[in-house]
Amino acid sequence: VTSSPRPEPRRVLVIIPAWNEEATIAAVVDETRAALVGGNVIADILVVDDGSDDATGRVAEASGALVAHLPVNLGVGAAMRTGYRYAQRLGYAITVQVDADGQHNPADIPALLRALAEGADIVIGARVAGDGAFVARGPRRWAMSLLSGTISRIARTRLTDTTSGFKACGPRAIELFARSYPAEYLGDTVESLVVAARSHLVLREVGVVMRPRAGGQPSHGPARSAAFLGRAVLALGLALTRPRPELRGEPYRRYEELGA
Amino acid sequence: MNLLAQSGYPFALVVSALLLLALFWLLRTQRLREKYSVLWFAVITGWLTALAGVTTPINLVFILAFLVLLVVCIQLSIEISTLEESARTVAEEVALLRLELERRTGKPQSLPGQETDVRQPHTDESPAS
Repeated sequence: VTSSPRPEPRRVLVIIPAWNEEATIAAVVDETRAALVGGNVIADILVVDDGSDDATGRVAEASGALVAHLPVNLGVGAAMRTGYRYAQRLGYAITVQVDADGQHNPADIPALLRALAEGADIVIGARVAGDGAFVARGPRRWAMSLLSGTISRIARTRLTDTTSGFKACGPRAIELFARSYPAEYLGDTVESLVVAARSHLVLREVGVVMRPRAGGQPSHGPARSAAFLGRAVLALGLALTRPRPELRGEPYRRYEELGA
Repeated sequence: MNLLAQSGYPFALVVSALLLLALFWLLRTQRLREKYSVLWFAVITGWLTALAGVTTPINLVFILAFLVLLVVCIQLSIEISTLEESARTVAEEVALLRLELERRTGKPQSLPGQETDVRQPHTDESPAS
């Protein structure tokens, strides 16, 4: 895999997987750009349009983001892998994934990047109490604490929110995810972390405040909570017993050591 | 026949256990996607209970026929899982190639069938709500 020549190599790529998010995508792109400029981060924004039926792709293009159009809907795992492949091919050192529904506040991106620079391969933006705090109850809550507890143990660090889609990744994580970003249920969050932890990547988390969705429908209703618990247990069990992915590429290097 | 009828339950138990192990192995090596496996976990469980009550020889014929069909269906699920992964990889590659093309030519390419779609012209600066 060769990377295309670019006049000015940029180091950070913000990946926004979007499926039928025409109502919010332009605002998310604009806000992300503003946050990057405000945080003095040189970055490109890539929207991966996951086969949307609405105008998501064109709205994203009009807002000035790079847009990769998946010809059919493949799910968030495939959208993320597309983003990581793009990052790897064009030699981005860092990626940040942000949801297209406006739940994540792009103003937190510099905090994630700082934590990454302090020595981590993956930094998770963990949902904490605050305005629009994420409150889970019943089986969903049990499932989430089971997932967090188990992944914390493998990663040898305390993680409180392993189903967050707000993550920053360094070069080793990009290399791993470009090759094998899980497509299974919960693969985009839980299994990707299990894979990373088992490959001895360094995981950290930073508390971020979630906002209510700016638009679109929540993908989880209360009725699905019990099914979520069952599938979460299966997903975790499978992820833990799969053959360990071998880590290729360079050994871990700090953000500063990557050179300007 | 009679012997098998009497030992129907242990037989069913052993076969079901083997099938469950095979399914788990397939999932582990990513040859079968999880969403197809859930169905087969259910089917095998149902089959186990049905088999426990073998009393007439003709049922053995049904059981064997069902077993063959079950294996065929699992085989097809495996093939679909493989195909899905290939389709996924190809679609990702297409998306990246299209992006690269757009980046080099400096303008978005319309896909066949989209030329006449003027619902949201690309030049429109105000995003649809």
